[in-house]
Amino acid sequence: MIDTLTPQSTSVIDLRRIVKTYDMGEHTVRALRGINLNVERGDFLAIMGASGSGKSTLMNIIGCLDIPTSGRYFLDGVDVATLDEGQLATARNRKIGFIFQSFNLIARTSVIDNVELPMAYAGMKQAQRADRARAALELVGLTDRSRHLPNELSGGQQQRAAVARAIATNPALLLADEPTGNLDSESTSEVLDVFDQMHRSGRTIVMITHEPDVAARASRVIRLKDGEIVSDFRATDPPRPSGATQMMESNS
Amino acid sequence: MGAYQLFRLALRGVNANKLRSALTILGILIGVASVVVLVAVGNGSADAVKKQFEGLGTNSITVFTGGFGGGRGGARSQAIVMTMKDVEALQSTEYSPSIKSVVPIVNAQNVTATFGDASTTPEQFQGTTPNIQTASSYRAEVGRFFSADEVTNRQRVALIGKTMQANLFGEGISGVGQKVKFNRIEFEVIGVLATKGTTGTRDEDNVVLAPWTAVRDTLAGGTSVNQIKVEATSSKTTTEAQTIVTEVLAARNGKDPNAVNKGFQVLNASALIASSTSTSKTLTVLLGAVAAISLLVGGIGIMNIMLVTVTERTREIGIRKAIGAQRGAILGQFLMESMVLGAIGGIAGVVLGLVGARFRIVGVKPSVSYPSVIVAFIVSVAVSLFFGFYPANRAASLRPIDALRHE
Repeated sequence: MIDTLTPQSTSVIDLRRIVKTYDMGEHTVRALRGINLNVERGDFLAIMGASGSGKSTLMNIIGCLDIPTSGRYFLDGVDVATLDEGQLATARNRKIGFIFQSFNLIARTSVIDNVELPMAYAGMKQAQRADRARAALELVGLTDRSRHLPNELSGGQQQRAAVARAIATNPALLLADEPTGNLDSESTSEVLDVFDQMHRSGRTIVMITHEPDVAARASRVIRLKDGEIVSDFRATDPPRPSGATQMMESNS
Repeated sequence: MGAYQLFRLALRGVNANKLRSALTILGILIGVASVVVLVAVGNGSADAVKKQFEGLGTNSITVFTGGFGGGRGGARSQAIVMTMKDVEALQSTEYSPSIKSVVPIVNAQNVTATFGDASTTPEQFQGTTPNIQTASSYRAEVGRFFSADEVTNRQRVALIGKTMQANLFGEGISGVGQKVKFNRIEFEVIGVLATKGTTGTRDEDNVVLAPWTAVRDTLAGGTSVNQIKVEATSSKTTTEAQTIVTEVLAARNGKDPNAVNKGFQVLNASALIASSTSTSKTLTVLLGAVAAISLLVGGIGIMNIMLVTVTERTREIGIRKAIGAQRGAILGQFLMESMVLGAIGGIAGVVLGLVGARFRIVGVKPSVSYPSVIVAFIVSVAVSLFFGFYPANRAASLRPIDALRHE
């Protein structure tokens, strides 16, 4: 298992001609129509698009929660197609930190226990787990809430706890699905500040959002439409027309 | 993920819905408690039956004249007549390694006892020897037993049972030293027998024991002996003693010792105990099986509730899988949860069962079988694992993407 997880590519995410179709009885839905995407270490990528554009499907594939119909996906250099169910779970555990729209903290379980959970599944010793969980909570500014239950926290605090849980395992990739979708503007900026901080410290972040001002925090923004990437630009770059994206696709 | 962590998760799960968990636990609790109590009742009734037969004297063999079944007339016509000569033959030193004592019993029929105004009829009036004490477990509680000399001297002395004592003298008066008339013949009461209780419909305390010589002189005519009690030297020699008794009596009366109807029967108390023990074992197994079914039903309750729990917590399972829980960790979590339900039910059931077995149930004093307690507990855990497996496996097999979408 360690061998299959050895990197074969330098990018954190390397998607090659990813297609995902759903069989809906009589007709098939083509959710993704050949996505090529490379995310380098340290990038903060925002994926934008209207609902039905395929961004959730893409997110699920990047998060190893779903498998593509065709195409290849290298996560941190490892070909995901070669992994079995257990290895996929290990990959999610070690390489990806999930942040969900609805926080998805485990109910009736204290914040620190939630943060420790992925490390517990990784088989880490109690003392080390607790140390790392405390460090992660300190980073998101929740040290004084570590013994609280999720339902005792505000939305912003819950999402920051979820961020702490995602970063505690020190994953190659932080994957956030509409992380501010359920938050008011104050909590939104609270959480996005944490994202900025993570980005500055060199973490790789992929964030799905449909809010332009949230996407504006990212260093790179791609736009999906009907299962295809229609634009891809860097915050420091001038916006690229969609033609450039297609050229890049044909080159790879 | 370690077992301790899984255990903590399981406790949290059990705690999350207290009423539902309590009801599920109740199912197992009733199952385990009924196994413990019913097996104890089965054992208790076996003990009671065994005790009754032990009253016959465990190492003793009883010889009756007559045969088995086949109509009383037929049996009677073949019946041998035992005499004191048969008793003496069995007392031969040749048989002493296996036969300790031979006790003749001469029954007096239709005896009415009177003392002052009181009058009563004993169920049994037996003329015998002092060896009856060990052969049939008699004991003088008040006064004394008659001696061998009194037998030789044909003394008219008697011991009476508790029922006789009450009927003749009233409760609390021993009557020892009084002269009681049996069919107008006076016997002196020299002792009161310790109680033996009842066997079936017969009151074992409504008896009179007297030297057989005196009974022969007064109340029972002829020369026949109605019963012979043979006491073996130990429980190991009872079978051997039974063979000797059968062969000697058959030879003296010109009968085939192996025939079914040889004119007499030799009953061995330990053989009766053995056959009654096997009967009561069947009863115990039957009771245990009925209780085990309720334990099974409790297990189905666990399965039911775990299926509900897994459905309710589908989203939680999705989250756990998304953050990297292996299939085994999810399986372990839910198996542990159903095992905790089963084990709590098992422990509570054992406690309740042990308390319940302290009371008399349908006239039986339960006797707890500790192996059955341990087995009932282990089975409760095993049943919860068995019935917990399907729901746990269902949880473990959920696809994370589907589980996460579940509302």
